[in-house]
Amino acid sequence: MAVDLAIEVAGLEKSFGAVSVLSGVDLTVRRGSVFALLGPNGSGKTTTVRILATLSRADAGVARVAGLDVVHDRHRVRRRISLTGQYAAIDGLQTGEENLRMMAWLCGLRGRQASERAGELLDRFGLADAGRRRVKTYSGGMRRRLDLAASLVGRPSVIFLDEPTTGLDVRSRQAMWEVVTDLAGSGVTVFLTTQYLEEADRLADRVAVLDGGRVIAEGTSAELKARVAGYLLDLTAVDATAFGELVRAAGGRAASTDPAALNLGVTTDGTAPDVRALLGELDPAGERIGHFTIRTATLDDVFITLTGHAAEPGHTRPTEETVHV
Amino acid sequence: MSEPALAERDRPRSPTGDTLTMVRRSVRLSSRNLEAMLTSVMLPAMIMLLFVYLFGGAIETGTAYLTYVLPGVLILCMGFVSAQTAVSVTQDMEEGIIDRFRSMDVSGAAVLGGHVAASAVRNTVATVILLLIAVLIGFRPTAGPVEWLGAIGTLLLFVLAMSWLAAAFGLLARTPEGANGFAFFVMFLPYPSSAFVPIETMPGWLHGFARNQPVTPVIETLRGLLTGTPIGNSAWLAAGWCAGLVLVSTVLAAVLFRRRTA
Repeated sequence: MAVDLAIEVAGLEKSFGAVSVLSGVDLTVRRGSVFALLGPNGSGKTTTVRILATLSRADAGVARVAGLDVVHDRHRVRRRISLTGQYAAIDGLQTGEENLRMMAWLCGLRGRQASERAGELLDRFGLADAGRRRVKTYSGGMRRRLDLAASLVGRPSVIFLDEPTTGLDVRSRQAMWEVVTDLAGSGVTVFLTTQYLEEADRLADRVAVLDGGRVIAEGTSAELKARVAGYLLDLTAVDATAFGELVRAAGGRAASTDPAALNLGVTTDGTAPDVRALLGELDPAGERIGHFTIRTATLDDVFITLTGHAAEPGHTRPTEETVHV
Repeated sequence: MSEPALAERDRPRSPTGDTLTMVRRSVRLSSRNLEAMLTSVMLPAMIMLLFVYLFGGAIETGTAYLTYVLPGVLILCMGFVSAQTAVSVTQDMEEGIIDRFRSMDVSGAAVLGGHVAASAVRNTVATVILLLIAVLIGFRPTAGPVEWLGAIGTLLLFVLAMSWLAAAFGLLARTPEGANGFAFFVMFLPYPSSAFVPIETMPGWLHGFARNQPVTPVIETLRGLLTGTPIGNSAWLAAGWCAGLVLVSTVLAAVLFRRRTA
């Protein structure tokens, strides 16, 4: 076993009744890195995290966390990990400080030590002023921060975050991203699941794409994006007929199509000669394309290319610049 | 963040320490859930007043009705207060905090034990208040110190039985509302027993159930200890029922907990 691996997973399988959720997951995560497991709802992300965090047992396969088997050494694994789920696992009727002190007691700290650890984490997560208020008065973002603080009380070396920003507003999401970035800098290993491609792109050193209970792609986000091509030429047709003609002309180069928006994405290397050639080839008479955009490929594009479906319906792609012709 | 020495991390956990932490947690949560606490005390108190002042005049029990009915009201109250345990357990299971505790290596026994202990604390508060009201409206127990100790022991055993049963039910229920159903079941149980009217006054087909259900020997034991009526073999039956219920419920809870968290 390589020493610098925080998580090693091989051939993980899990079914609930007749429904197969994981069908052979393989993963490795380097110690001290941030790893994102990316996938749509129902792809098996939460099941994977629950198995790694010793809460659920795989039907087949092996998983080691911090060098320890998650089944045979589960008690020792539990002293080295923390899990933050999709829903804040803290008591609304206790204050923030009381929640953290309780976690400190469960981690074996006593008296002054427990209070100091609680105070330290409240400060670090900007909750010092709210520490003596009951958690049920907290906002969603504050709750998540406290939840994450609670998971750090025992100084875990591997931190599991299951969809840490699902349901948060933009500002709270930004704050959570900063926290995760800080954590990564402190030397711990972070394993997070997300359905937000942008999140994986922003936070993770490596990304694995999970779909239908299998890892269908794995690499740095740059590597994954390279699988689609560096840039995309987004074309918007003038009408439905023109859209149909553009799709036919593009053939296999079409990375994405959106008939409702009359939008078509075509791969390009982003150079002027290539873009000019593409425009000329797809629209020789200059009457099919209304306007176009050139943008760097996002993980969205990777996802669609890899799985044949969008990660998340309604996720808007960032547009860079629109050029009218 | 400095990594603690591995030896420190792998030090055996202290199950007692975890249980005490869970007891503190559950007691604190209970004490801050004022509505539940008020309902738990107010409802049995209202039922006591209702029976004593509205129905009591029409019920012939051979003694002052308050003297007759008080043990039954106490049991009704304890059943109801204990039943809240089901709701607390279901909330923990559904709200994800159980995953956090398990991932911290806290045992199910510590979490459930905390809820049962909190139930005992709630029951103590409720019983003291109920007894005070009873004394205010004229209840005069004949019990000496030994009888009081016996009564407290009986009540405690009953509370443990009902709370563990509620905890097991809480593991079965999927929503706090569903778990609340246990309270209705427990509230109903004292009616077909010797709690409110002597069993002889009930229709014949009900005698068998009323005489042999667990609540009747508990009430007869309490009544004997507090007001001097004959106890007979009720004390043994009560102890047997309660101990049996604790045993069955804890085993059931252990199995259900394992299944819920598999």
